[in-house]
Amino acid sequence: MRRRILPGLPLSLGITLFYVALIVALPLGALIFKAASLGPEEYWRIVSSSRAIASYRVTALSALAATAFGLVFGLALAWVLVRYEFPGKRFIDALVDLPFALPTAVAGIALTSLFAQNGWLGSILASVGIQVVYTPLGIMVAMFFTSLPFVVRTVQPVLEDLDPALEEAAQSLGGSDGTIFLRVILPLLTPALLAGLSLSFARSLGEFGAVIFIAGNRPSSTEITALLAFIRLEEFNYSAAAAIASVLLFTAFVMLAVTNYLQARALRYMARA
Amino acid sequence: MAQHPAKPPRVGDKPAIRWTLIAFVVFFGSLLVLAPLLVIFTQAFALGIGHFAETIALPDTRHAIFLTVLTALIAVPLNTIFGIAAAWAITKFEFWGRRFLLIVIEIPFSISPVVAGVAYLFVYGLQGLFGPALQSAEIQILFALPGIVLASMFVTAPFVARELIPLMQAQGRDLEEAATSLGASGWRTFLTVTLPNIRWALLYGVVLCNARVMGEFGAVSVVSGKIRGQTNTLPLHIELLYHDYNTVGAFAAASILAVLALVTIVAKLALERRGAGRAGRPALASPTVAIQEKTS
Amino acid sequence: MKITLDQVVKTFDTFRAVHGVSLEIESGELVALLGPSGSGKTTILRMVAGLEYADAGSIHFGDEDATNIPVRERGVGFVFQHYALFPHMTVGENVAFGMKVSKVRRSKDEIARRVEDLLRLVRLEGLGNRFPTQISGGQRQRVALARALAVDPKVLLLDEPFGALDANVRRDLRRWLREIHDELGITTLFVTHDQEEALDLADRVVILNEGRIVQQGTPEDVCRRPGSAFVMKFLGDTNRLAGTATGGIARVSGATVPAPGVGDGPVEILARPVDLGWATAGDGIPAQVARVIDQPQGRRILARIETGEAVELDVPADMQVAASDHGYVSILRGNVFPVS
Repeated sequence: MRRRILPGLPLSLGITLFYVALIVALPLGALIFKAASLGPEEYWRIVSSSRAIASYRVTALSALAATAFGLVFGLALAWVLVRYEFPGKRFIDALVDLPFALPTAVAGIALTSLFAQNGWLGSILASVGIQVVYTPLGIMVAMFFTSLPFVVRTVQPVLEDLDPALEEAAQSLGGSDGTIFLRVILPLLTPALLAGLSLSFARSLGEFGAVIFIAGNRPSSTEITALLAFIRLEEFNYSAAAAIASVLLFTAFVMLAVTNYLQARALRYMARA
Repeated sequence: MAQHPAKPPRVGDKPAIRWTLIAFVVFFGSLLVLAPLLVIFTQAFALGIGHFAETIALPDTRHAIFLTVLTALIAVPLNTIFGIAAAWAITKFEFWGRRFLLIVIEIPFSISPVVAGVAYLFVYGLQGLFGPALQSAEIQILFALPGIVLASMFVTAPFVARELIPLMQAQGRDLEEAATSLGASGWRTFLTVTLPNIRWALLYGVVLCNARVMGEFGAVSVVSGKIRGQTNTLPLHIELLYHDYNTVGAFAAASILAVLALVTIVAKLALERRGAGRAGRPALASPTVAIQEKTS
Repeated sequence: MKITLDQVVKTFDTFRAVHGVSLEIESGELVALLGPSGSGKTTILRMVAGLEYADAGSIHFGDEDATNIPVRERGVGFVFQHYALFPHMTVGENVAFGMKVSKVRRSKDEIARRVEDLLRLVRLEGLGNRFPTQISGGQRQRVALARALAVDPKVLLLDEPFGALDANVRRDLRRWLREIHDELGITTLFVTHDQEEALDLADRVVILNEGRIVQQGTPEDVCRRPGSAFVMKFLGDTNRLAGTATGGIARVSGATVPAPGVGDGPVEILARPVDLGWATAGDGIPAQVARVIDQPQGRRILARIETGEAVELDVPADMQVAASDHGYVSILRGNVFPVS
């Protein structure tokens, strides 16, 4: 341990630990305690009920689809914002932050109204037979909206800082645009992409406000896991709420671990000899 | 003299690729980001400005606005104090469990707000750890302001700290050590040496924290009880109006939060011009840059 | 491959980096572009590579007009200042990259064999599986060179090749680069701000200032017959004395220097520290010693002459001299330039 030269460790660390314990650790601990007190059989019965399983499926698949489209769109958007000049670019750059700044409930009702049968986009899509609201597609749209900034904002700074000499070196060695993108640029963006993707996927899995308005919330069809936990609470079925919430909590922890592992792997070339 | 192109093309500079990508981004950006924003204001003023004003003036709506502002006035300063303390402890000292603490602080970021709300129920609810004791002491935490504030603090706990920690890490300890060696007290060192260097990043964190507190829906909807005119914050009130088929009322209330979002974005951009925000992005420096730093 | 630059101009925004530079580099020659920062040397190198396009003028490779050929088709090997090694690829993969992306198909075995040959050439056998972060700066530099050579370039271009290295590593690599050049005979152009490096390594040195060539020639030419005060000062420590020329002789209080061809009027006399002499009596400029610095190869006297100007002169290690001694400075050799 380094000798402490600066003052303030007891006070600052004291506040930090107290806050973390009271605000973060205590409630999460209480939730885990409650879920654990159910006993394995009861716990398993709740989390593997067909309605719960259906909610995992629709949540995970929608989040996956939203994240996949978010990857393509986010990468394209980051690329366009960093590499090209065109009128309105600064406006688009600012607009990227809207999903972060806009409360999820507001996003939820706005998207629902937009994609409703009589909405601006909904009416156009209805004419070609596509329904968005009250279907898994609507869940995907809401998840895409709320998680959009993650990929853009993690990739953008890395793309900006990418040493132009790397691209020039690849060009001087005869690489075509496609080859250079796939073999040089994309691998260098991979750690940032993975970070953005996992943040985006985690956010989608836990998204509540934006989704519940557009989803229709039909049990076993368009009911997401977070909503199921909420419904169990409203039914005063606290054990079930605790069990299902613990599944979401556990998933979040797994996502954190996976993210860290993937990033460490993608950055293995950074390791010092 | 031959016509010389100004600049050798970089990867992706071919006009076909360039315009395809721009068109793709602008098309989906307009449909999925810009259009929802426009919908809010169109719907809010669908029945004219008079109706809009009437809706906003409803006692329930005004109380929801009041409660939202009050929550932010309590939760944001507390979170700011926590963020500064955490950043100071983590960046100025080495101690056992430092890296673990960093991870714990970031946890609320990856947890569903509904889970946070449910978790609070099992601490302060009747079926929770302290519920029975609180009830016999007649202290109301859930379905009241304290619960709303606590849940808001949970979801925004990392906001200020994650802006400050990377920045203060990069700035190192030299300045503070110099000030201390010249005889300055801890508070003085913080106020005159540290704070001026982190003020924009601090404000940046506070602005984002505030936006999130005022807009929080999932966690608050669990712990507030949604009592109309009493524990309904503005986002919850929007849901209530919407489910009452009062679409214009819901969008009128939503437009207030949308304006807040726009103000937040403008403030964010202004602060980014002063260098804030950049350090708060996920700590993934370009590998090339890292290599260059090592060689030089 | 002979390289010819004809009246090449390059302007960035409003800043003109290169003003009509013309230059010929013979096939197999090793040429240094030498100049202070901002002299346009790197811009010229990048235009030869095709990493920048000239605003005016032309660049020929042999008889072919290469002015607007993009870098990927120009057939040059470029070694970047910070090497620009692909950090996510091993040393071997970096060297193989050019062969893998080439239109000329090569078998895997063939590429692997060539990578091994190249790593042997740059003396990095056995390091093929390391990542760039896992090797030293000097080793990275050699990987960058091997990678550039792998595509059989017509021309080898190096941007400050030794800029990021320690002084002793630098000297070794310099000699070694000369050996490789002599072995392969490839036309080579490199940029440096270090005059010692340019003189040590190059067949011919091109000295640039503010986007123009101020002198070019063999190291001997530029050292012994500097064409201007700028060249003289840039190539090493120089004393500058104000004097007057009359009838082909320059005078400065008590000392004279032949100045053939220099018109009458005020002049500046430039002389290296070794070209000044010190004596306690006799002819010369009266001066007083301010300090004596001892160095491995001799002593350097910092003195002030009677006009108040400071001079530095190198004297043998065994000369007895100390601070505040009085004596006379003589000019053994000097270059005289009219004051413009």
